[in-house]
Amino acid sequence: MQNIWKWRYFYLLLTPTVLYFIIFSYIPFYGVVIAFKNFQPFLGIWDSPWIGLKNFETMFSSVKFPELIRNTVLISLYRLIFGFPVPILFALLLNEVRAIWFKRTVQTITYFPHFLSWVVFGGIIFNVIGPSGIINLVLDKLGLETINMAANPDLFRPLVVITGILKEFGWAAIIYLAALTGIDPHLYEAVKVDGAGKLRQIWHITLPGIRPMIAMLLILQLASVLDAGFEQILILSNPVVYGVGDIIDTYVYRVGLLESNYGLATAVGLFKGVIAAILIVSANHIIRRTGEKSLW
Amino acid sequence: MVTSQVQVETNELKLINRPQLLDRNPMWVQLLIYLILIALALVTLLPILNVFAMSFSEAHAIYEHPMMLVPYSFTLEAYKYIFSTSILLKSFSVTVFATSVGTLFNLAVTITGAYALSKTRMPGNKVLLWVCVFPMLFGPGLIPMYILLKNVHLLNSIWVLVISGLVVPFNLILMRNFFWSIPEELEESMRIDGASEVSILWRMIIPLSKPAIATIGLFYAVGHWNDFFTGLFFITDNTKWPLQVLLRSIVIDMNALNMRGVSTMVSQDATKIMLTPENIKAATIIFAVVPILLVYPFLQKYFVKGIMLGSVKG
Repeated sequence: MQNIWKWRYFYLLLTPTVLYFIIFSYIPFYGVVIAFKNFQPFLGIWDSPWIGLKNFETMFSSVKFPELIRNTVLISLYRLIFGFPVPILFALLLNEVRAIWFKRTVQTITYFPHFLSWVVFGGIIFNVIGPSGIINLVLDKLGLETINMAANPDLFRPLVVITGILKEFGWAAIIYLAALTGIDPHLYEAVKVDGAGKLRQIWHITLPGIRPMIAMLLILQLASVLDAGFEQILILSNPVVYGVGDIIDTYVYRVGLLESNYGLATAVGLFKGVIAAILIVSANHIIRRTGEKSLW
Repeated sequence: MVTSQVQVETNELKLINRPQLLDRNPMWVQLLIYLILIALALVTLLPILNVFAMSFSEAHAIYEHPMMLVPYSFTLEAYKYIFSTSILLKSFSVTVFATSVGTLFNLAVTITGAYALSKTRMPGNKVLLWVCVFPMLFGPGLIPMYILLKNVHLLNSIWVLVISGLVVPFNLILMRNFFWSIPEELEESMRIDGASEVSILWRMIIPLSKPAIATIGLFYAVGHWNDFFTGLFFITDNTKWPLQVLLRSIVIDMNALNMRGVSTMVSQDATKIMLTPENIKAATIIFAVVPILLVYPFLQKYFVKGIMLGSVKG
């Protein structure tokens, strides 16, 4: 007790932080009960009638649900397959550049979009591919038929994956570049003595050197498979492409906040939150098992 | 001794300017690498330059030179127009408020909290740390948060932009890790001299932590400037919209009220078309990009440090 008194100023310093988390991260858990209620705002959370698992039944039996899961998981997997290697390759290419000014310039330019919001970056994208964007203006001038890429279900997922890569690849490469500088130069000397060529040096020294980083980021990205890019998709999508582009997050927002179907939206959100938590805990477990530094 | 000093310095240099450790590539491979990198840089740069050029060009020039990289028929009309619309300035002031006041609040709470959490000998430290980190793993979701904010009357208040993300757990951990790098002997000596805990924090810890505070302050400030969701979810009154939410209605939805104003203005005076939605959109985008561009040198410097700090396990 006396020990605690000794630390009283530190508890005082910590109070605002802990209060913030209690009020804004823990108390809202009480609101999760509306997933099991027919929530009516004028009655409040407590007085709204219980309806058991009805919201979940609605969710699992709706035709929309499998579509949401499919869109969310597919977009995430496409990002993983096409997007994950890009920063690694970019870092390997940059690592071959000897002119420091060139390397700096390329990095300075490619980092930049990371600091823009999706609203602004989306505006820049639409300025190129939108109905009255550059591509269509050029097609129009050439007397060709214009295309509306933003409203074409066949093109929406590629659009999301490609623009996502464009915005983040430069930034994502930093962590690999840092890992590359950590490789012991003597290792290269050693294999060069053995007569290993350039590609074999990359294969035997460079890639193993950044493997822990690659493994960790890969596992983390797999664990966040249900986060398919809420902000980006909200900005880029429109009702025409909901069939291929509506993900769990955009659905929760639309059904909950725009259509005021609070109970159903909370149920869908809870479903996502539970699975995401299980995935991240498993990811940490796997990372720890592989002998790398775990997240906690 | 001297040589080892030199050794340390060259090692540090290597971290910044990595020397060529691999064999030289054949000429054509090296050329290909440079070409790919130039292409990647151009793909990023050209669309932004195009928007920039459009924002300073007259409407007819945009249709004549859609791929422009420099302004044609230079004009400031688009900027005059957006600065004459009160809704944009209003929304700009909301975002300036959220960014300045918000970042100050973020820093005050994050610094004090992280300082206390850095004291591992404090009873209950582990539990309290978990209280702050758990929200990163599992949250109640959007709707319960909405209902809470409604109950505490923060909906449709610009304070929601400040309060709802007061402490980001990741930044709290970063700050705590940084505090660990300050030798505890320094604190002890001040304590022996009779300094209070508050004055130790204020007079020693904070001055020593300026780089870390700058890093985390920039994390928060960019977060506020780019914050789209808080405004979208929790502010329905469009006179209180932060910039990003207004931008979406102008740039993406293309049906904001002032856009209609522009098209009618244009059609009434068809002989002298100066402005189209395209000009206005371009100018609005540039308006939102410029502040980021101004702090970009600092962002680059400190953000890179920040993620390196983050890769040190806490």
